[in-house]
Amino acid sequence: MNLNKERVGLMFLDELKNGESAIVEEICDTNICIKLIEMGCLPGEIVMVRMSAPFRDPIAVEVSGNLISLRKSEARTIRVKKIGQ
Amino acid sequence: MSKTISIALVGNPNTGKSTLFNALTGLKQKVGNFPGVTIEKSTGRFRIDADTVAEITDLPGSYSLFPKSLDEAIPFKLLLDPAHPQKPDLVLFIADASNLKRNLVLLTQLIDLKMPVILALNMIDQAKAKGIDINIECLSEKLGLPVVPLNARKKIGIENVIAQISKGGKIPSISFIPEDRLNTEGLNELKSALGAQTHYQAELTLHHGATGKTVLPAHKAAMDKFRSYNLFDSGTRQRDDLLYRYKQISAILATCVKEADTTAFKRRQEKIDAVLTHSFWGYIIFFGVVFLIFQCIFSLAGYPMHLIIQSFNWLSDQLQKAIPGGALNDLVCNGVLPGLSGILVFIPQIAFLSMFIAIMEDTGYLARVAFLMDRTMRRFGLNGKSVIPLISGTACAVPAIMATRNIENKKARLITILVTPLMSCSARLPVYILLVGMAVPQRPVLWFINLQGLALMGLYLLGFLAAIGAATIFKLVIKSKVKQYFILELPVYRFPDVNTVWITVVKKVKTFLFEAGKIIIAISIILWFLASYGPPGAFSKVEAKYAAIHPANDAEKHSLALAEKTDKLQSSFAGQLGKAIEPAIRPLGFDWKIGIAIVTSFAAREVFVGTISTLYGLEGEGSDFNQLQSNMMKSRDPATGRKVYSLATILSLLVFYAFAMQCMSTLAVTYKETASWKWTLIQLGYMSGTAYLLSLMIYQLLPAAARMF
Repeated sequence: MNLNKERVGLMFLDELKNGESAIVEEICDTNICIKLIEMGCLPGEIVMVRMSAPFRDPIAVEVSGNLISLRKSEARTIRVKKIGQ
Repeated sequence: MSKTISIALVGNPNTGKSTLFNALTGLKQKVGNFPGVTIEKSTGRFRIDADTVAEITDLPGSYSLFPKSLDEAIPFKLLLDPAHPQKPDLVLFIADASNLKRNLVLLTQLIDLKMPVILALNMIDQAKAKGIDINIECLSEKLGLPVVPLNARKKIGIENVIAQISKGGKIPSISFIPEDRLNTEGLNELKSALGAQTHYQAELTLHHGATGKTVLPAHKAAMDKFRSYNLFDSGTRQRDDLLYRYKQISAILATCVKEADTTAFKRRQEKIDAVLTHSFWGYIIFFGVVFLIFQCIFSLAGYPMHLIIQSFNWLSDQLQKAIPGGALNDLVCNGVLPGLSGILVFIPQIAFLSMFIAIMEDTGYLARVAFLMDRTMRRFGLNGKSVIPLISGTACAVPAIMATRNIENKKARLITILVTPLMSCSARLPVYILLVGMAVPQRPVLWFINLQGLALMGLYLLGFLAAIGAATIFKLVIKSKVKQYFILELPVYRFPDVNTVWITVVKKVKTFLFEAGKIIIAISIILWFLASYGPPGAFSKVEAKYAAIHPANDAEKHSLALAEKTDKLQSSFAGQLGKAIEPAIRPLGFDWKIGIAIVTSFAAREVFVGTISTLYGLEGEGSDFNQLQSNMMKSRDPATGRKVYSLATILSLLVFYAFAMQCMSTLAVTYKETASWKWTLIQLGYMSGTAYLLSLMIYQLLPAAARMF
């Protein structure tokens, strides 16, 4: 059984589709995450996937009023909770 | 004697920092590098009042004082190190008024360093238009520093900034991270060991120390002690530090800023993005833009380039008459002037390319291009920002390598610099046309496509594949301690600012002239010397031989003069060198004449055609291509009696010129941009080494392969 599935709505940022929004839940403390925090991507903020390049990599997300481009692997380091359905 | 105040200009990227810098200093700027790294350092001066001058240093745009890499940390050393000779008297902090929350993080770090700071709120007009209402007095009071609203583009508020600077800075009394959060006891000890003025300075030095290598041994010992006692985890501490700052900033902004609905503004931006980053149209538009840039670099830049060459020819003619004949005349007319014209001739291309890139960057489009191209480029160790330099390399590697400045990622930037010269530049074109014309018949293949055109296209493709291949190898070979990431801000779309674009172009041209120019002129004088002087007695022998012949008429006189020129080139040092390297290039199918042309065309590839013309008894570059081709095709090896230019030799020579690093200007620019002889020599070595090996393989294996089929 996959226990993660039971944490309803919790997913990684790269799993969101274009136009979907989520709340940033957790952010790690690697160099990448610190860069993301500096750019306004912090826990509690609403993040929305605005657009994506072909193959959904990189993606561009809107958070704290900034539009940030990040690679799929980088989006994978951010845990989010999806808003609405 | 006027007093000088030193100022550091600090701020996030995309806040109009360079616009403010340009507005303050105009063209009174000096461009260089921060010590030991290739991060651009601009300094400029401007007058505050009758007896005060300000000297301002533009620090790279950054989101915080936490270093992401060794290189990025260096510019900020001047804020952290109390003993730094350029430690500023005052920090001028520029923030985007519509994006205060993120911008103020870095500001609060400066406040905790107890630096005197002035906050300039840029793009205040835009913020107002978006419905963001900022209470300046409230902000000034909560932050404990002077706040000046500004519109740097329209130069509104500049005089208020200057007036505020003249009042001098005040050290803010507020601390954003209270000292008890910073583990005071251990930090106290570290602070005095480091000679730091504040706890936060000691704290930041710890983070910088984690990546720095130029740390004093005594400081290092103190830091190691602190780390081991306090289980110092740099990452966690940085994260918590930032989150704590955000919390406090949010509280300040909640009282001082009223934000209305900004949806309408956002929707307009989204509409532009929907087109420019569209999965299909986005690429079509990008290639259209590239095509436009190309047209300008190739055709439009051609006119001023032609003009430069012509005026140098004219100048050379005039000086030829004015200076009495002899060594000085020769040095000036054939050594210095061609060297100078060889430098100046690059200016139109550099200016056009840097203008387009400045416009693309200023409008926000460049970041979108990087966004679209990143995935493709990543596979080769490059990133989205490598696209523009690589494509520009098909015009000329010199401006292309200069355009790698905005690739922040050090490894990707280095790889881009190393492989860009493999793209087929315009200097290869005359060589290709000459040789392809000899090997490939002018035969139509299909409709408008002909065989020679196909061969030429094949050579361009070869250059592109070589660049991609070399990048893939460098990706595996070059080690990088820092994890590579590609997180970038896609700034809001704006109209380009004419002043910013203009100053960027002037800066690029100036840097090229004064930095790379020095090396280029030195090498061209050496090459001139090699081609116009020979071992003692060699030239007088040639002269004596021709003095003995008395031409009957003008036509004969002319052909004798040409023959003498050919003989002289052969007996010059360059000629001797060409002959000396013959054993080494013989296996590639090259004779000593090609050897001489390879030596002289180290200056620039197109020189090959001129030298070969002289060696085959024709007037320099202006001569008839067809005549030259037929002369070359007729030439036979005196020892074997076989044709010199067999198909195998021509193919081998083509491949040699596709790969070999035959361009001193590119090497000069690579040295300037990498600040390292090591990488410059690696570029020279890998390109010319590959050229040699591939040509060897072609010449040795082609006849065998031909026999097999």
